[in-house]
Parts: sequence; structure tokens; C-alpha cells
Amino acid sequence: MSTTAKDIVQAFVVENFLFGDHAHPLAGSDSLIENGVIDSTGVLELVAFLEERFEITMADSEIVPDNLDSLDRIVAFIASKATAPIAA
Amino acid sequence: MCGFSGYLGDLPDGASLLARMTSAIAHRGPDERGTFSSKGIGLGHARLSIVGLGDGQQPMSDASGALTIAFNGEIFNYVELRDQLRAKGYSFRTSSDTEVILHLYAELGDACVTALNGDFAFALWDGRKRRLLLARDRIGVRPLFYTWNRGTLYFASEVKALLQVPGVSAAIDPIALDQIFTLWAPIAPRTAFRGIFELEPAHVMTVQGSRSTTWSYWTLDYPDRDEPPRYKNERDAAEELRARLTEATRIRMRADVPVGAYLSGGLDSSIISALAAGMSPHELKTFSVTFDSAEHDESAFQAEMAQMLGTCHSTVACGEGDIARMFPEVIRFTERPVLRTAPAPLYHLAQRVREQGLKVVLTGEGADEVFAGYDIFKEARVRRFCARQPQSQIRAHLFRKLYPYLPGLQQQSARYLSAFFGTADGALDDPLFSHRPRFKGTAATKLFFSGDLRAKLAGYDATEELASGLPKAFDRWHTLHQAQYLEGRFLLPGYILSSQGDRMAMAHGVEGRFPFLDHTLIEFAASLPPDMKLRGLTEKHILREATKDLLPASIIRRTKQPYRAPDSVSFIGPGAPDYVRTTLSEAELSANGLFNAKAVQKLHQKCAASAHPGFRDNAAFVGILSTQLWLRSFTSSAHRTELAA
Repeated sequence: MSTTAKDIVQAFVVENFLFGDHAHPLAGSDSLIENGVIDSTGVLELVAFLEERFEITMADSEIVPDNLDSLDRIVAFIASKATAPIAA
Repeated sequence: MCGFSGYLGDLPDGASLLARMTSAIAHRGPDERGTFSSKGIGLGHARLSIVGLGDGQQPMSDASGALTIAFNGEIFNYVELRDQLRAKGYSFRTSSDTEVILHLYAELGDACVTALNGDFAFALWDGRKRRLLLARDRIGVRPLFYTWNRGTLYFASEVKALLQVPGVSAAIDPIALDQIFTLWAPIAPRTAFRGIFELEPAHVMTVQGSRSTTWSYWTLDYPDRDEPPRYKNERDAAEELRARLTEATRIRMRADVPVGAYLSGGLDSSIISALAAGMSPHELKTFSVTFDSAEHDESAFQAEMAQMLGTCHSTVACGEGDIARMFPEVIRFTERPVLRTAPAPLYHLAQRVREQGLKVVLTGEGADEVFAGYDIFKEARVRRFCARQPQSQIRAHLFRKLYPYLPGLQQQSARYLSAFFGTADGALDDPLFSHRPRFKGTAATKLFFSGDLRAKLAGYDATEELASGLPKAFDRWHTLHQAQYLEGRFLLPGYILSSQGDRMAMAHGVEGRFPFLDHTLIEFAASLPPDMKLRGLTEKHILREATKDLLPASIIRRTKQPYRAPDSVSFIGPGAPDYVRTTLSEAELSANGLFNAKAVQKLHQKCAASAHPGFRDNAAFVGILSTQLWLRSFTSSAHRTELAA
């Protein structure tokens, strides 16, 4: 079975922000901020990971909760980056 | 200023127990020791001689022998009270403030506490009524812990004395741990120790026969928000503030030993040092902590103030490795887990004060609570400002201005800032609105709680308990006053005055005195309009106005720099002491059962690899480490695996 972008992001979030706690009931649509998963430093860690792992570059204007505040949003954002030019 | 211990009940070996209990807190009073025993009661005292050096021995009885007191602290208005009591016919055998309490009790009964201006905790035995009175000062400067065991009441200035009692042992209270990992401190009377309580600030407890009663004799109160302001003229308010602060400082310099001052380089301690330097009969000695890291160090401002005031200034450097070296001892004295290392440098500083031969220091503690100095007050104002226009892309940029020292925040978009600070929550009527982001961010550390601990805490919410204990008038106060109440009533005694204050200073037999926490000054400040305290985003406005002639412009204009110390980074690297590795080992974590051992191992690795760990990771690291050290210090191996029910 192939590894999806969601698997990769989920593994990073669980490992880096939940410290391997696979039992944490984090649904794909759950807010990472509201659930205390991520803080302001964590956002920057997440951006660094996404840029490196998916070979994308994120403009400042893209670093917003609309793109990054849940697993589903992150996956959708990565998909959009694969088909769209990098935002200015 | 001292430490005391005691019991109420029939004990066959009371004398030897008192000796052990008092020995456990001997650091609080290295100058003299004394005990009092009578049928059913025992009091022990370790004395730090400051007032009435030659005749203030304790426990002290009145001439009739009916009243006996063990007292920790200082009564700053004891001179005036003594004059009033003399006028009523009381005669004094000593020059101490302790005897004033005895006579005041004879005159007023339990209401004697309302006449006291001071930092105190005491146990007063009324032999005629066979009745014990325990009392604690209004703000919670001086500690008083107690527990019941087999029908006997035991009490002491620190918990370590109570742990000398056969049958009293240390076990962590899971609810207290949840509160610490959410609110930074247990909600009194709960302590970190299961079954051991603290007498709340501004409370008295009486025990007579089998009947025990506890009540509050003072409350931190604010005017209704719709009430016309009592002070409309700012100049008048500033003048009165100056007069009250000067008087509060003057009576806190009463001592038969020299009084020094802490000088952090910020506004508050600079004001107190300036006032004290003008009153001191000797060259004032001032003391500061310096740090290697530029983000924590304030030595340039400290040196400027010391030079301007002409004080004899000493610094103690808190360098790489110092915090980790001291931390186990620090936790032995805080007697509770902490989420920050900030107590450690203060432990270090008190040691230097003592080495220099001083027993008493004035500090600027309390000004941030009383005159709205903390960032959290500004943060709440900005959050309300943002909530009025949730779609605004401009307003949230103000959060960056509040936290220039948090690099992670500086780089965030306005939308993320809004999300982090909960500006779209819409819960403007939440009584904890001002503190909600802090509590939420701190509670994220509970991610590391073990499955067993989480199961025990299922359904418990520390913020709900905090909110449920707020006074009825709270809803009628201005939102700034609501936030000030939360700081002044809970965080101040629960963390600042205890873990960073009394416990660190008294570990070395040093007494801190806090002019900003004079209750008459607090009552005056509470009555001031909010805008005089927080003017726009300028904190402590009226205090700056009242004292601007005392300080250089660079200090007066200075934005508050919160007192912080390096956190997880203090315990990382090849020089880290062995205990860090062993207390955070999978074996010890699993044996204690409070935390998810594998997750903590990953946290340790992450902190070791990161130059700037985030708030949650730092707080979790220090919280877990200090909990593990607490268990090492206070529980036997048999208790480590026992979680309280």
C-alpha cells in the first residue's frame, strides 16, 4: 500500500507534536491549535517540515490557519501546491 | 521571620516530635529555637531574629501564661499598635512585634488580625478556652500548612515539617498536578501533597475541642464598573499613591538589623530601592541576578540604577549549569512541581544576600498585580480589541508588540496570531477570558500525562474549579479588575510569593518584604479607575507618574521585561547533571506512573535538538522534571507508584 501525503503529515504531527501518542483522538478536521497540538513555534516547525519533505516553498501569505490548522487542510494545501505556481 | 510547627491533640511523645518538626524547617530560623508544650498542645519555633533581638524568643506567652504564640513574619505597624495598647493599660515585657499580637488578641479576640499590617502566619493558643487560632496574612506572603491525622491537627510553615509526623506521608495529589499543569499552581487549600492543606491567605482557622472553623477576614475587592470613579484627578491620585507607597516602604524598613533591596533593573524594584536609599540610615545594599544569555540579562539597567542611587551593589551570576545544579534543592524548597526554572536564580540570589550578612530585603514584588503591569493585562485588552472586528487583518499585529521576546510569535501572520490568542472565540463574557490563552497553552502540557493519570482525572477541569470559586461581585467588576483579581488572588500567593518568594528566600534564612503588597496600598490601587493603571498599552501608568522624579527616564520609560530564566536549555548538553538523565529515564518515569515515558523521552530528545523550544515543550519539560524530582525528594519508593485516589 502506498504512503499518502496524509500519512506522511499525520506521522510527522504524531511524532513531533504528540510525541508518538498514536492513541490521541485527533481527527482529520480537528484544529491543531484548538486541541493544543501546536503552538507558535510548532507552526514554524511544521512549515519547515512541509517545505523540506514535499519540496515546496511557502510564501508568508500562505502560512495561515486556513492552510495549516488541521490534517485535512494541510493535505489539501499540499495538493494545491502541486498543481499551482508558488504564491508571490 | 521564622518558621514554626505544632500540634493540637494528645501525643505521648510530643516533645520529640516537635523537635523533629522544628529541625526540618531550621533553615527558616537559624538564630534560636524554642518549644512550648502543655496538655494537648505543642508549639515549636525556629527563629530568625530581626525585631527585638534580645527579648523576642518564641514561643512567647503573656504574663498570665494563658496565651502562647508561635509566629512567623513581621507586623509592620507594631509600633503604632503597641502605643495604642499601652494607652489601654497593657504593659510590654519585650520590644518585639510578637508580644503585640498576644495583647491585641487579648483585646480584640479573633478580630486582632484585622488590625495587623504585615506579612504573618501564626498559631495562638488560648489556654483558658483551650482554643487554637491559626492565621495567615491577607496576601499570602507567609505560609501555613496543616493536616489531620488520627484526630490530631498538625501545622507548620513548610510541609517538610509535617512529613516528620508518624503516619503522615507524601503522595502526589493528581488534582493538584492537573491544576499546576493548567494554572501554574494548586488552588488553595489544596497542595501538591494529598491530604495536606494550606490555610488560604486572609483566613483564620480556630479549633476548639472537636470543632474546627475557617473563615476569611479580608477580600481583594474592586468597585462596580458602573460606579463613578473615586479618583477623577490623576495628579491627586498620583500624589496619594506616592504618599502611601512611601509609608509602606518606611514601615517595612523597621528592623533591628540592616535592610537591603533586590534591584532587577525594572521599574518596580528601582522605585523601592530609590525610596529605601533615601530612608536607610546606612548605605543601602542592593542585589541583582545576571544571566549569560542576553535575552534574560538586565545588568545594564541594574548598574545604572545602582550608580544613580549610590548603593553598595552586588551581583550574582546565574551562568550555564547553575540552574541545573541547583534545581533539585530548589524543588525540595518549592515543595511542588513548577513549570518554569525562574525560582532557581532567586534561590541563588538569596544565598548571596545571606553570605553578605543580611537577613532582610525589600523587593518590588506585587506592583504588576496591583498596578496592572503584566503582559497578560495588555493581551486581554488587545484580544477584546480584535474581537470587535474579527475579520481585521491589522489589529492582531498588536500581539507582536506585546511579546517582543518570543521569536516564534514575531514571525506569525495576523490570522495565526488571532487563532493563538483566541480572538474569534467570542467568549467575551467568560470570567477567565483574560487568562484563557495562558491556561489553554499550559494545559497542552498534559499531553504527557500517563493513561492511568488521565483516567483518574477524567471529567475534571481545573479552569471550571477556578471559575466556580470566584466571588459574586466578580461579574460587576471592570474586565481589567477581573484579570487583576485572578493574578492577585491566585497566581500571586500560589506561585510568585511561594515558589519564587518565601520558599527561595527562606531556604537561606532571608526575609523578603514587599511594600507594593501593603494591604492599604492594594485597597487604594483597587479603587483607581482602570485607565489610570493600564493607559492604552502602557502598563502601570499611575505608578510611573507618581515616581518619575525618583528614576532616570530610561527606567521610567522602560517597557516591562518579564522576569524569566532559561528553561529546558538549562538541562541540555554534555554538562547536564546525571540526575536529568536518570529522573527522565524510562525506568523511573514508568515506576512513578505519572507520565507517558516514551513521549517524555521524545520530548527530551526534541528539546536537546532545538535551539529555541516552544512554550509548551519548555513548560512540559520543566514540569515533568520537577515532578520527578519532587517524588524523589518527598516520597519513599513504596509511595512512588501509588497514585492518590
